[in-house]
Amino acid sequence: MELVEAIILSVLAASTPLLIAATGELVTERSGVLNLGVEGMMIVGAACGFGGAWLTGSIFIGALFGIVAGTLMSLVFALMALGLAVNQVATGLALTILGVGLSGLIGARFVGERITPAAHLHIPGLTDIPLIGRILFGEDAFVYFSLALIIGVWWFLYRTRAGLILRACGDNHVSAHALGYPVLKIRMLAVMFGGACAGLAGAYLPLAYTPFFIPGMTAGRGWIALALVVFASWRPGRLVIGAYLFGAVTILQLHAQGWGVGIPSQFMSALPYLATVIVLVLLSRARTGGSTAPAALGTVFVPDR
Amino acid sequence: MQLVLEKRAERSNTIALVSPLIAIGLTIVTMTILFAILGKNPLLALQAYFIAPLTDSYSLQEIAVKATPLVMIAIGLSLCYLANVWNIGAEGQFLIGAVAGSWIAVKTQGTDAGAWVLPAMFVLAAAAGALYALIPAICKVKFGASEILTSLMLVYVADLFLDYLVRGPWRDPQGFNFPTTAEFDPVATVPLLIEGGRLHLGSIIALLVVAAAAILLGRTIKGFEIRVVGAAPRAARFGGFNSNQLILLTFAISGALAGLAGIIEVAGPVGHLQPGISPGYGFTAIIVAFLGRLNPIGILIAGLFLALTFIGGEQAQIAMKIPLDVTKVFQGILLFYVLACDSLILYRFKLVFPNRQVARGTG
Repeated sequence: MELVEAIILSVLAASTPLLIAATGELVTERSGVLNLGVEGMMIVGAACGFGGAWLTGSIFIGALFGIVAGTLMSLVFALMALGLAVNQVATGLALTILGVGLSGLIGARFVGERITPAAHLHIPGLTDIPLIGRILFGEDAFVYFSLALIIGVWWFLYRTRAGLILRACGDNHVSAHALGYPVLKIRMLAVMFGGACAGLAGAYLPLAYTPFFIPGMTAGRGWIALALVVFASWRPGRLVIGAYLFGAVTILQLHAQGWGVGIPSQFMSALPYLATVIVLVLLSRARTGGSTAPAALGTVFVPDR
Repeated sequence: MQLVLEKRAERSNTIALVSPLIAIGLTIVTMTILFAILGKNPLLALQAYFIAPLTDSYSLQEIAVKATPLVMIAIGLSLCYLANVWNIGAEGQFLIGAVAGSWIAVKTQGTDAGAWVLPAMFVLAAAAGALYALIPAICKVKFGASEILTSLMLVYVADLFLDYLVRGPWRDPQGFNFPTTAEFDPVATVPLLIEGGRLHLGSIIALLVVAAAAILLGRTIKGFEIRVVGAAPRAARFGGFNSNQLILLTFAISGALAGLAGIIEVAGPVGHLQPGISPGYGFTAIIVAFLGRLNPIGILIAGLFLALTFIGGEQAQIAMKIPLDVTKVFQGILLFYVLACDSLILYRFKLVFPNRQVARGTG
């Protein structure tokens, strides 16, 4: 039973960065913008987040650094893809290439340093309940925040007028523009939200997941977050399920390596990536009756004056 | 004040020609600022990056050696991008090609196998790269799965597979436990062009690939179909072009070229299979393809230029202790500027001062 509890705890921890990054990208894509630079924004968020926490000794400030770094990166994307009407796929790739280089440059001086990781909640009595106590009342702040974030995003998208307008921009930017909505401005805000989330998700890795920074530590999580948005059919509820499923695959392969299953460790490590491919194929196949993606996703919009 | 894009009546050919140069110029200005921030003398740093490698024969050969995989991969990618499909997993196809070709080299090691070994390695590597690239292509054509995500995921899988092989079954027993195969036999090694130098046969192959691509795109129906499918999918449908077949074809060609580049790298400059055989060639080649304006000759020039930044980066690290990551930052910034300048081909940038009387709509 101890083991089950430990596994669930580690699944939650592994899922949280995926959930945060995917939540941000979901909002971005719902506004009609495909930002493939999640991996790049995450990894810069990781380097800056660790730097902030290491310099100030505060996890909170570290997280803020991550958020700001991710937002700044996303502004570069917004300038290119929205301001200059550049192809979004190519711009996203450029953002990732730049992010990997920048994070190496920023993070070089932090390699080998350690910090005290984010504290876990402890409510005497509640946290001590066997089995569920630590799972429900003993997580770090990021885990609770990620769940609050996705609920907030669901509420925003489906229960507010602003959310409706944002979705309208994603489905038909010409109509939204004709109705007088500032499509590009709305999209820029959505891109910035995505960047902030990706930066925070990246910062989570060195601030809570492992208490140190290593170059390339996001290891493709940004790309998996992108796949999760597809997996979720651009819906917040399914995103939570997807993120926890992927977290579970990651953790199970780690445990399987520990149990000494007779499969080479590299094959187990490849599982999350293979699972992504398989899930994408199965889901795309199930959707023969028409795509659920925002109709204007990834298309360039230049307002006529 | 607001920046507004205005569509040009027709694409500007002048800007199409000079935009890569503007992009390089802007990148160098940005790098100068970055060097100053890092506390390095910008002029010396730029000299180490762009001038020093051009001054001795060894570095010049090394540039050609580094440009070889970049150009080969980028030519393949340019076909995909022209057809408007996004293969971004060339790094994985490169690694799988290297693995498949190495299989022959490892199995024939120490035997008296003849001159057939190297050509066989090339063929197998190209076939493996093509098959590996066909996975995302088939997933897209048959199931509609995003080729961007699937092709990228397979990079990580290929990387782990290579890692498994050189740490497990293929590890050199005399290798002091390092994760590497034994050094390939001479028959399994790409011959050098200059005795004692660095330049090898692979560079000639890369030039042939450039020529073949120029002919394919400029002189054949297939090349025309690829361009039409990418630029005007509706017109292509009316023209009766089979776009699914073209997606499979462009992915297969680009995978084959990446795989071939992989085995040439392993059987050439590296000499054995080990992790880290690629400093991100598959990703840098994306930049090469765009900087070269998806044109074979342009790609050749762009490949040489980016190879220069790899060599320059190494020299700047040795001479001035500038971190190697600066090269990646440089490449990322360059791609941004290339894309931004390309926007000038289709649009005119205008600063406008909005008239306050105009109603802003219903809000």
